[in-house]
Parts: sequence; C-alpha cells; structure tokens
Amino acid sequence: MTSSATTPATPAPATGTDTVERAAATPDHVQPHRELGLKDDEYARIREILGRRPTDAELAMYAVMWSEHCSYKSSKVHLRYFGETTTDEMRGRMLAGIGENAGVVDIGDGWAVTFKVESHNHPSYVEPYQGAATGVGGIVRDIMAMGARPIAVADSLRVGAADSPDTRRVLPGVVAGVGGYGNSLGLPNVGGEVVFDRSYAGNPLVNALCVGAMRTEDLHLAFASGTGNKIILFGARTGLDGIGGVSVLASDTFSGDETGGGRKKLPSVQVGDPFTEKVLIECCLELFHAGLVVGIQDLGGAGLSCATSELASAGDGGMRVDLDAVPLRASGMTPAEILSSESQERMCAVVRPEDVDAFMAVCRKWDTLATVIGEVTDGDHLVITWRGETVVDVPPRTVAHDGPVYQRPVLRSESQDALAADVPDALARPSTPAELRAEVLRMVASPNLCSRGWVTDQYDRYVMGNTAAAQPADAGVVRIDEETGRGIAVATDCNARFVALDPYLGAQLALAEAGRNVATSGARPLAVTDCLNFGSPEDPHVMWQFEQAVHGIADGCALLGIPVTGGNVSFYNQTGVQPILPTPLIGVLGVIEDVALRVPSGFRRAGDAVVLLGDTREELGGSEWAAVAHGHLGGRPPAVDLAAEQRLWDLLADAAQRRLLTGSHDLSDGGLAQALVEACLVGGQGAEVALPDGLDPFVALFAESAGRVLVAVAPDDLAAVLELAAAAGVPAARLGTTGGDALAMGDLAPLALSELREASEGTLPALFGSTVH
Amino acid sequence: MRIGVVTFPGSLDDRDAARAVRRAGAEAVPLWHADHDLAGVDAVVVPGGFSYGDYLRAGAIASIAPIMREVVDSVARGMPVLGICNGFQILCEAGLLPGALVRNAGLHFVCRDQRLRVESASTAWTCDLTEGEELLVPLKSGEGRYVADAATLERLAGDGRIVFRYLDQNPNGAQADIAGISSADGRVVGLMPHPEHAIDPLTGPSADGLALFTSVLRAAASVA
Repeated sequence: MTSSATTPATPAPATGTDTVERAAATPDHVQPHRELGLKDDEYARIREILGRRPTDAELAMYAVMWSEHCSYKSSKVHLRYFGETTTDEMRGRMLAGIGENAGVVDIGDGWAVTFKVESHNHPSYVEPYQGAATGVGGIVRDIMAMGARPIAVADSLRVGAADSPDTRRVLPGVVAGVGGYGNSLGLPNVGGEVVFDRSYAGNPLVNALCVGAMRTEDLHLAFASGTGNKIILFGARTGLDGIGGVSVLASDTFSGDETGGGRKKLPSVQVGDPFTEKVLIECCLELFHAGLVVGIQDLGGAGLSCATSELASAGDGGMRVDLDAVPLRASGMTPAEILSSESQERMCAVVRPEDVDAFMAVCRKWDTLATVIGEVTDGDHLVITWRGETVVDVPPRTVAHDGPVYQRPVLRSESQDALAADVPDALARPSTPAELRAEVLRMVASPNLCSRGWVTDQYDRYVMGNTAAAQPADAGVVRIDEETGRGIAVATDCNARFVALDPYLGAQLALAEAGRNVATSGARPLAVTDCLNFGSPEDPHVMWQFEQAVHGIADGCALLGIPVTGGNVSFYNQTGVQPILPTPLIGVLGVIEDVALRVPSGFRRAGDAVVLLGDTREELGGSEWAAVAHGHLGGRPPAVDLAAEQRLWDLLADAAQRRLLTGSHDLSDGGLAQALVEACLVGGQGAEVALPDGLDPFVALFAESAGRVLVAVAPDDLAAVLELAAAAGVPAARLGTTGGDALAMGDLAPLALSELREASEGTLPALFGSTVH
Repeated sequence: MRIGVVTFPGSLDDRDAARAVRRAGAEAVPLWHADHDLAGVDAVVVPGGFSYGDYLRAGAIASIAPIMREVVDSVARGMPVLGICNGFQILCEAGLLPGALVRNAGLHFVCRDQRLRVESASTAWTCDLTEGEELLVPLKSGEGRYVADAATLERLAGDGRIVFRYLDQNPNGAQADIAGISSADGRVVGLMPHPEHAIDPLTGPSADGLALFTSVLRAAASVA
C-alpha cells in the first residue's frame, strides 16, 4: 500500500456527503481516481457498471478492491494454472481451497487443518515492528475466519545484507514485532527462516504463516445468506489507521494540515493490539462452539469494503449496511474512510436474528465490542447508508470479484542467458584438508548459515503445550489430538538464488525442500500453500519469472499429488527498478499419526550409524558456498527429480513409523558439511564420518544437490533401514558413527563442537546485539 | 484434590497449567477473572500470559481483579498458590510476594530451556523435590528480572525463601540469580520459568516440572 501525494482535484461538492443521488446528478464532477491507483479505463469501467459516476465511498471501495493486492489483476491469468493442474484425487482431501480465506485439508480422525502464508512486506520496511506484528495478526484472523483455532505460527523473513546499517533497523524491529504480537496471542512459533540478501535491502519480505485446527463439521465459510440475517461487526473500533491513498478523498478536510478539522492524519501502517486479538480469538471460538455464526469474514486489507462485498457476493442475496452504527475511534470520519480503514482486530459475522442476543452475550463475556451494522436483504445490491442517505449502491460481485484482469507482457530477458552462462566452475576452491576445514568454519559462521537462535529465542515455542518440534528442527511438529497424538508438521522454504537462476526449477526446488523438511520430521506431506513475492508485474522479465514459478509449483504439485490449497501474491517488491530475487515461498503441511513418532532433528545418541540418503553431484550453481566465498550467483541450479524426492519422503515416513530413526536432518544450503555441523550442534553429539565415495572432497562437502537427508540409525536397525532404502530405490550410504564431542569429516582435522558452536552462535548477536544482558 | 486455574483475558498458559494439574493427579477447576468465587478449590495456580494485555505494569491490573481478592483472602487462611511467569508478577503486584519483576536486562523477550537449582524443598510446591536438585524448564518472558531492595533480599535468603535460582547464564539479570521465591509460610510460590511446560519430554525439554504439581498434592495430604 502506498500513500499518494495529495493532489487537489476539482474540489468535492462544497458541503455534505457525496450520495448516490448526488453522483447521479453530477456526472461531470471530476474524481481523483488516479491518486487512488485506478487507471483511466478502470475508472471508465466503474462508471459503466454503475451507469453513473461512483460516489466517493464507492470509488474508495473499487479502488482498494481493484488494487493489485486485493484483486490479483496481474496474477489471475497465471494462477488459473493451479486449478487446471489439480486432479480430482488431489482435491479429495481438500474441504476448501483457493478463494476461501485459507485452504482446509482433512487430516483424518475427524480433524481438519487450515493453513496459509501471507506477506506483509511493504509495511515492514516502513515500520518494522508494527508491519511485522500486524502481519501476524492478519494471518491469524484469516485462519479464525475458517472456524479454526489457530495452533501455530511461523515466519519467513528476508532482509538486506547482514552488515548493512538498514538491516540493523529492519531485522530487530521485525523480530520484535513478530514476537511481541505472536507471543501475546499464545501461539507457538514453530518454524520459519531468516535469509540475508542485498536484493531485499529496500524491500524486506515478512511472510507470516498460521496453522489452525478444527473438527471437520465446524468449518465456517465466508458467505452471507438468509434474508434478514444480521451483519455484526465485532472486535476493535474503526479508526483512521491504514487508510493510505483513500485520504485524498478527504483532501478538502485535511487541506494539507494534519491538525485540520481537529484530526490527525495517521500513518498508513496499521498499529496492532495483540490483547484485543487474543480476546477476539477466544470470543470467536466460543461463538463457533455455540453455533451462533452463519458466515464469518475477517477484516484485513481493504477493511469493511472487502468484508462486506466479499460476504455479500458469496451469499445468495443483497446486503444493507448502516455506517452510522460502526463504532469509531476518530471523530469526523467520512464514509469512504470508514469503508477503507484497516484498523486491526476486527471481524464481521452473519448471524440469525434469533441468535443475536446470545451472540452479544458471548461478546460481553469477553468484553468484545459487537454491533449490528446491517442485514442480508433479498435484493442483489450492497447498499450502504450514512446519516440517512445512500452512499453506496453496487452489485457486490463487481467490487469483490469482477475486477480488471491483465495479461501483462511476459518476456524472458537475455540477461537470463548471461546468468546461466556464468557457471561457478572456475571459482577458486579450497582443496587441502586444512583449507577445507577453514572453509567449513567460515561457512558455519556466515550470516545465512549461522544459528538462528538470536531470532527464534525471542519467540515462544512452548505455549499450548503441544509443540513436539520447533526451530531449529527441520519442521515444526504440533500435536492436535491429545488422546491419539495425531498432529501436523509444517515447513517453509525458498532458495531464491536457485529461483533467479531458473524460476521453474527453483520453485520446484523450494517445493522439494519444504516437503523434504516435513518428511524428515517423520510426517507425510499433504498440502501446499505459497506466498509468491516478486518485483513489478509491469516488468516483462518479472512476469516471466512469475509465470515460470507458478508453472513449476503447479506441475510439481501435480507430480507429487499434493494440492496447493491457497496462497498469496505480493508484487512490486523492488527498490527503484531493481527487483528482489524472485521468492516464491513454499509452505508444506504434513500429517503424522502420532507426534510421539516424530524424528528428532540432529544426532541425539552416541554410537548410531550416520547414513546419507540421496545422491551427491557436482552442483554448485547458486550455492551458499559460491555466495559466501565469491559473492557469486550464476550457472544452473541443482537438478530436481520429484519422483526420487517422493520415494525419499515415503521412505522417511515409513522408517519413522517403524521407529527406525533416532535423528535426521535435511541437506540444503551449505551442503553436507553444514548439515553435519547442524545435526551435531542441535543434537549435542559429535560424529566421525567418511566423505561419500568417488567425489572430490570439496564437492562432497559443499555441493547442494537436492533430495538428500542425513539419518541416524541405531546399530540394530541399520540393516532394516538399508533394506527399506534399497526397496524404495533411494541411494543410501553409511558415512560413519555418532558420538564424541567433535565432528571429524574425512581427512579434515576434527572440529570440536565447542568451536563449531562458537562459530555458529556468535554471528547474529555480534551483528544485532545480545539477547541476554 | 481440586486445583483452580485462573483465566484472565490475555492469559495464555492456563490450558497448560490445567493439563499439568491433571497429569499430577488432581482435578483442574477453571476460575474466571471476574468471579468472586473460588469454587471451593484446595489450591490455585495463577498462570502465565499477558493479563489484560499488560499494557500497564505487568500484572498490575490482574492483581486487583475480583478473583484475586478471593485468592488473597484464601492465602491468609493458608491456601497454597503458585504463580508462574505473569502469575508471579501478579502475586508480587498483589503483595503476596515481595519484590518486583522488571524488564529483562537484555531488553528482549527470551525463550530458552533454562537450568534451575532447587534452593528450598520445604514449600507447598517443592516438597517433592530435594534441595540442590537441578531442573530443566522453559523460560519465556520479557519482564522476568527479579528485583528487590537489599533488606528484602537478605531476608529472603536468610529465611530460606529463595526457592529457585538460575544456573549457567542468568537469562534476565535477576538479582541473586533468583528465579522463584516463596511466602514466609512456604504456601505461596512464584517463579518465572514454566514448570507446566516441562511435564512430558515430548512437548518440553524434560518432565522436571511435574514435581511442583505433585508436591502440592502431598502438602495438602500432610496437612489433612
């Protein structure tokens, strides 16, 4: 959301409200549609739909709902591909999919799980704490709007270079915001990532994921049906925050003077109140439990404009809303401002008239403000009144769903060839054991590979008492049913460097890695959500990246047989004309029959066999080693073989179910060396391993071939695991044995765990300050 | 035995505390902040969270909630009360325990598996433990730094009312490494770390915390 400069157009009618009646009578009144982000032809189309010029309030609604953020106007033509590639079998376990607030999947035993990841990138650059905090708040309300109890969150963060001064402003603020809000809600933070890359310097990514659980019969969808049913707005009051560009409509009031009219124009980044949200969660759950809700919608981007138009267009009738009833936090708000406000912690419910008293009683118990603001009508229009006059009278679908659709130019830039040709083969490599050992230590301490403890120690991972694994584990594992132990695992991943080298394969590599992380924890991958962060859709090369990534994800999901249940698109992530690395973040959700069967991350016991599953090839394009050692990005990303990936996932889940694994860890950024170091540090056990046969030691240590996992196996179970792997067609090689207080790899002199720990844990505190003392 | 678990708006670890109570073999009785009735419970746990958002001083508003009036009255009659994290802050604000919890020295929220040493096994909530025993329990707080004036600290130490001390690195700058203290009669205990999150190695770093909840069952039995 951007705040437009206040360019005075022809002044609005001198006094009074811009009503439908007045709009019909003053067709030539000039409106500031461009300042609101609407193109001339979009404005003309609104006039065509209405048969007159829109009122100020209608213009505000269309402008915000037809924005890229709300309408997906540049991405829609590409996102259709997800639907085209989803088979009936993949749809089988989906109870709700794309188009709802969040996708819902059946995980068995009568339980359903909903999950989604959403971006809050631009606000987090402007105001890191509140931007990140309200990002968490928004995704949690999305999950509540499905009728689910939120059970876990995870946050994927991408910021500029670790040593740049602005990163010291952005990252600590974002982390404090995620923690400050999420910790106060009582939701365990179980995963996520922190990635540094200079392309995010002026445009950090804050992608927040939330998982919710419910009994399958409790699914609530956002629709308003049943003539006479009441529309109830509940939660926080509506204020002037988050209004952004719509304030140009009130330019006559503001006159460029913030104190004009006795009001202060607030910044367009919303301010969060986690206490109100926490109470709202409990209140909603009690309302669901009592069966008092017909339909429900959260108020997020575009506030009441979005909630009323989406509820009405998904229902079977019209809707009447009286803005005078909306509890306000500021005086003198115009109808356009009330409709556009993005004040946080608000929900909108559709309630049968006979249930209104009971609904209000629950809200009173939780001291939650609730107000009937309208009702479902037998008409087909959304009609909104203010002070007795009609200020909005529109077909709701035209606002919520029939926005413009663009087929933006798509063009693969020639720069892509140069990038592919710039292979890493000629980069100077360490070769002697001493050089390799020093390189391992340098990599371990580098900002993208070092311990994330500085970040994750600021998040509560224990609350609710169901967390069976959390960061730094490969996936977060959360128990849902205390009787049976049934639970879920969730992981998010995206190596944007691979996506830059080849957006199609890079997106599939992200999918493969997230799924592998879930499988590494012992769960079976079941569903996918995505958060597609890209530069400007008006840049044909960015649109090519986007199209390729969408196809990569959709084709990959079709091959793996797991559906994309929902997601989010964030465009315009760039600084000037320089876009971010294309970052299609993938979240994978898996199911595990009993969380007691989850495989702990890392090496937990001494004397177990260390087995490497999967093949290692000389694949260094886009690798972390190339970045750390040479600042290099070029060549081809690692190969993807999703059929092999799936065999690996099945093997891991089968072995976990048979309790054959005492620990595990996925190989990704930094290759085998980094995975061994992490497995030792997380589990507190050293290891002595030989490097895989037939490979140059450097390649064995630092190549980033996909489809690989380290597992630890008790000696008695080794034969069974190797047999399972052979039957599954998964390459398996015993590298060595766990134990001791050092990691010995091939001919390299052993690395003491204390030395590794110091290297890994020192980096972020040195950059961003200690969390202790 | 029936143990009440208080829920304020903004309480977060109330379900966890109730689970720990059940796991210890007692009945968990939900108590609502606005009620004036302890429902005849034998002991009370004031759980963690951010009561009323803690937008004022942590625990300040909760300490004057209707239910806390009842808790204060019952303490005078010897009822055992355990305050965990925000609950500890509330007990201090309510005057049931001396001193205060202020912002962590590092100014960040800290979530970590914390080693503790049991300094007193003679309270209602630690009699199943032994003095000098070490526990591994999650700590997760932004305002967990225990402070008190010198005279109070001296009295607490002299009277054996320091119940838990942090081992290894002091996580928040607490004076004398204090993680938890008790009332003079040992019936009221407050601590910053979360024993209710350490009742099962599946979901916590250990099961060390369960002993606090079994202790109060034994304390009640020995009184009866």
